[in-house]
Amino acid sequence: MNTQKKSTQKKRRFNLYAMVWRTPIIVWQLLFFVGPLLFMIAMSFFLVKNYRMIEAFEMKNWIKMFSKNYFWDSYYLTFGLASLSTIIATVIAFPASFALAFKVSDNVRRWVIFLLIIPFFTSYLVRIFSWYVILAESGVINAMLSYVGLGPYTMLNTMFGTLVGYMTLCLPLVVILQTFSLANVDKNLIQAAKNLGCSPIKTIYSVIIPLAKTGLIVAALFCFILSFGDFVSPYYLGGSKPPTLPILIIDTTKSGQQWPRAAVVAVVMMATLITIAFAALALAYKKRASR
Amino acid sequence: MKESNTLKWFLWIYIGLIFVFIFSPIIFSMIFSFNSARFPTIPLESFTWHWYETIWNDSDVWQAAKTSVIVSSCTAVIATALGFATAYSDFRYNFRFKGPYLALVLLPPTIPLIILALAMLAWFSKIGTSGQIYSIVIAHSVMTAPFAMAIIRLRLNQIDENLEAAAWNLGASEWRAMKEVILPFCKPAIVSSLCLTAAVSFDEFAVAWFVSGLNKTIPVMIMEIVTGNIDPRVNAIGTFVFITSMTLVIIAQIFFMTRPKEASAQ
Repeated sequence: MNTQKKSTQKKRRFNLYAMVWRTPIIVWQLLFFVGPLLFMIAMSFFLVKNYRMIEAFEMKNWIKMFSKNYFWDSYYLTFGLASLSTIIATVIAFPASFALAFKVSDNVRRWVIFLLIIPFFTSYLVRIFSWYVILAESGVINAMLSYVGLGPYTMLNTMFGTLVGYMTLCLPLVVILQTFSLANVDKNLIQAAKNLGCSPIKTIYSVIIPLAKTGLIVAALFCFILSFGDFVSPYYLGGSKPPTLPILIIDTTKSGQQWPRAAVVAVVMMATLITIAFAALALAYKKRASR
Repeated sequence: MKESNTLKWFLWIYIGLIFVFIFSPIIFSMIFSFNSARFPTIPLESFTWHWYETIWNDSDVWQAAKTSVIVSSCTAVIATALGFATAYSDFRYNFRFKGPYLALVLLPPTIPLIILALAMLAWFSKIGTSGQIYSIVIAHSVMTAPFAMAIIRLRLNQIDENLEAAAWNLGASEWRAMKEVILPFCKPAIVSSLCLTAAVSFDEFAVAWFVSGLNKTIPVMIMEIVTGNIDPRVNAIGTFVFITSMTLVIIAQIFFMTRPKEASAQ
């Protein structure tokens, strides 16, 4: 209360103290976050001549990319893989999050989340390389399977490989976010459902899931964004044939020197993600139909 | 009773399997870093320090490690300073356009790395700061400042709002109250934020790869080795990276969980 009153009193005059804390991030983010993104959008209209980028305003890159079949193949593949990854992660994570939210003590839950946060911030790239070795034709899994007379199975350079990578990236985060949203569900409502004779399964999908909907959708959204933008898994584990959009950006930038065309791909990705995010958030915050 | 026990066991095993999935790449990488086989698989061959000796004697690895340490420590300081200032502004003031302000700060982690990488590369080339060590630092600070902000903001949630006002009433200037009330209270969160942002920067490869030019960081170097073929050196470097970043993340979490009471008693 006190602090707010103080700030309104001072609002009229220039407040040096307030500005010292407020301004740095604005300047920093405008210069190094908004600036780069806007420039990238502008760049998608530039031209490349003799390996040099010329500032221009032409639709050429857009027309070029949109008329290529490989661009659309990449687009559908990336979108499909990210959707699949989101569904799989949501389904795999749910029982674990459910158990962590309802079946364990607060202390245990805190420890499990503590452990799950570690891999989320830890060397994704090295973990993927490790999967590469584990999933290989003569790798750990096939070696184990051969003891029981199975395999070898080809897991690298398949969609399975890509998905293993996506799960490595997303699963810890999805479990954490789902657990938080489930743990926030009012336990009294669950008890009420039980008292009224609702079966456990029915309680889950008609009481718990609707109540935790927002968090569950946000978790899925993060999973989609992470999978959609990841290039390591589809490249090293999925074999990159055909390339996903992020790999297309790398190829176009690194080998082709075609930054403007890479920018087209990046802008299309951004537009897709923004659309998905708005749709997901609208769904997440939609009130249930009144009865 | 019996049924719920079976269910409980099932759920525990299920969580166990998820942990196996999440941690097995880390553990296998560590095991294989001590294994003499050129292609890491089971059964294991003999124990060896060979891969560690190779990377120890590799000046490129040392160079990359040096770059990584410089980048992640500079990033940690800048991101934490920015994050602190922003968290404090959000905690203390209400102002117009606060929504867009917070969006501006918190959005970077939702943008795919590869898009940020391309945008930063193009922008830095445009303004003539491409390929420098500080280009990586700038990019990483943008990406990690939101984490710093979140950690410190959550800490400020626990402060008694009247504490700062009490200091003013006792005659302290705003600056003095900041120095003697707010900063000490936030100290655990600041340490936590320094460690976490350093860890994220230490592990980041996409943006670093695009904007680093010739100043390779460790993850960029790993990526170049891996693109060639399977090389067990990666397991040794990887183990080093895992241990470094896991330590940082664990320290960050421990400081983050420090109880408010302990700190305010200082």
